[in-house]
Amino acid sequence: MSPSNYLLLSALLFTIGAVGVLVRRNAIVVFMCIELMLNAVNLSLVTFARIHGALDGQVMAFFVMVVAAAEVVVGLAIIMSIFRTRRTASVDDANLLKY
Amino acid sequence: MIDSLAAAELPEVLPAAGTASLAWLLLALPAFGALVLFVAGRRADRWGHLLGVLTVVAAFVVGLLIFLETTGLDAGQRTRELSLYRWIDVGGLNVDFGLRIDPLSLTFVLLITGVGALIHIYSVGYMSHDPGRRRFFAQLNLFVAAMLVLVLGNNFVMLYLGWEGVGLASYLLIGFYQDRPSAATAAKKAFLMNRVGDVGLALAIFLIWLNLGTLQYSQVFANIGKVGPGTIVAITVLLLLGACGKSGQFPLQAWLPDAMEGPTPVSALIHAATMVTAGVYLIARTHPIYDLTETGRLIVAIIGAITLMIGAIIGCAYDDIKKVLAYSTVSQIGYMILAVGLGPVGYALGIAHLLAHGFFKAGLFLGAGSVMHAMDDNVDMRRYGGLARHMPITFVTFGLGYLALIGFPFLSGYFTKDAIIEAAFARPGWEGWVFGLAATVAAGLTAFYMTRLMFMTFFGEKRWEHLETRDGGHYHPHESPASMTVPMIVLAVGSVFAGFLLTQGHVLANWLTPSLGELQEAPSSTLAPAAVTTLVLVSAALGVLIAYLAVGRRPTPVERPAHVSFPVQAARRDLYANAINEAVIATPGTWLSRFLVYLDNRGVDGLVNGTAALLGGSSGRLRRLQTGFVRSYALTMLGGAVLVVAALLAVRFVA
Repeated sequence: MSPSNYLLLSALLFTIGAVGVLVRRNAIVVFMCIELMLNAVNLSLVTFARIHGALDGQVMAFFVMVVAAAEVVVGLAIIMSIFRTRRTASVDDANLLKY
Repeated sequence: MIDSLAAAELPEVLPAAGTASLAWLLLALPAFGALVLFVAGRRADRWGHLLGVLTVVAAFVVGLLIFLETTGLDAGQRTRELSLYRWIDVGGLNVDFGLRIDPLSLTFVLLITGVGALIHIYSVGYMSHDPGRRRFFAQLNLFVAAMLVLVLGNNFVMLYLGWEGVGLASYLLIGFYQDRPSAATAAKKAFLMNRVGDVGLALAIFLIWLNLGTLQYSQVFANIGKVGPGTIVAITVLLLLGACGKSGQFPLQAWLPDAMEGPTPVSALIHAATMVTAGVYLIARTHPIYDLTETGRLIVAIIGAITLMIGAIIGCAYDDIKKVLAYSTVSQIGYMILAVGLGPVGYALGIAHLLAHGFFKAGLFLGAGSVMHAMDDNVDMRRYGGLARHMPITFVTFGLGYLALIGFPFLSGYFTKDAIIEAAFARPGWEGWVFGLAATVAAGLTAFYMTRLMFMTFFGEKRWEHLETRDGGHYHPHESPASMTVPMIVLAVGSVFAGFLLTQGHVLANWLTPSLGELQEAPSSTLAPAAVTTLVLVSAALGVLIAYLAVGRRPTPVERPAHVSFPVQAARRDLYANAINEAVIATPGTWLSRFLVYLDNRGVDGLVNGTAALLGGSSGRLRRLQTGFVRSYALTMLGGAVLVVAALLAVRFVA
């Protein structure tokens, strides 16, 4: 199976994730879309590692996973506390920090 | 050739010893008096005037002792210097606070402290009713100290220090009556017009420094021959500009009559006897420079001739007794400037006239002050008349000063002024005729306006009998107290004998030889000296006669006639000097300033403020991008990422 299929899948997932971040309002969904984008990137990293026969991409993917795990912890905590104070998880409602 | 000639004439400069080493006291005494009186404030009100008189009298005594010691020395040893301390020591510029004690400076020291002491004594009486008397004496002492720095300094920087010092004292004293707007304006006018001249003096000093690298008189005069002729002319003209400012010479004469707003003793001391003659001192002191340039001296003589005519013409038209005397001063200083402009034949003659003038003009001003004292500070001669009987001492002393001024035979002016006119006639070619005739005509005009003044003040109808004083009472003219009349008597005696004593056997010229060089006899002129004397006497007699016919024989209207012929109108308006200054300098200056203010407000400020407004405005618009919606930020990030990727791909595949 040609590696380019993996890259196409990665691009597809990334696009879905990006569109999701842009169009959805619910913070949890936005968060999941970000995860989707990160994993799309992971997929392409691993694919390129495979194509070039080097381990750099795979190592990089591990780093991304670690960062993503940490981000989930912090991000969910923030979303929880916003929900508790404002009774909403919509990202458009949290717009006080502006001009 | 010129170099060695100039160097040969210069006297040897010796260090001061004996009494001359006390010369620092001359400066220190009045400066101390001024300091104490300024600092002590009201506490000194009761005894301040006595301290003021004492310091100047003490300075006179010191000056007299040094003078007597110096007369005992050989002519070659009379030029001495006393270096007090190193004043300025910056790079190549080394200036000592040093005094030059030579016949010229000693002559001025005696004039300044002598006449100064008399006028201080007079002021005790004159200012006795004035609450600001202590301040007056403080400023008068300051003036004497500054004037002594001016004449005693042994370098151009000290000259400049004194020059500005007397300018400051003059400014303070003209504006002494601070509550009068006219006095404040006159003080400002004097200060500003003096600045014009001072710029000339400063530039001359810069030029000397630039070319010679030294400012000490002895070194400058020894090396001045090495400077190019063009530079010499430039230096002499700039020095003359300085002299014109301080001495009220054309074209800077307009401030001196206005300076009469100050108290009368100030007019006598500063604006008649001493400070305004500083210009003559400057030219006489720098005579080694003027000796090298015929052109420079010719310009000096022309300025002197123009000024002596202007002063004499305007003096005929004024009714204000002090302004008539002020224009007379302008005219007489014109004679002195003319004399020093004639070169080695005239330096000593100019100084002689300066000394004689110091006596009689100070006496005349003190007399005018005495008359004003008696007439409730009224200065309008049309309101005087018949005062001779009420003020006999004033009348006699004033009359002697008057006779000395118009050149009555065997009084001061006769000897000193005639000598100048003779020397003027002795110039070759057209110069002799122009300068000589101008001086002669001005002598006639002098006789006219002074006779007119005498008739209007001391003779004729008592016009004041029907008039009221400012506070509604009647005039009660009375003789002034002894503190005022004694100085007037001393000065009157001086104005009678000074001329004869100074010129007889060239006493003064011989005394001044170490400073001014040998007095050269004027070359034989187109007119014999006897003819010149006759001409001047006839001219003066005509002036007196015309004044008698026009003023003495006819009643004087109390109100000033409004419709008069054009020459009188022009003279009343100072020959349009103020109008010309206004039109040529003041108005264009105002326009230029307004233009620059406009340029500053709109141009410079506009540029700065415009840039700020542009940045502020655009920032305000850019701020709107910060909407607070996270998704719009995400879109921006995505757009940016897409752009970066696109750029990378473009570079990769296109290039």
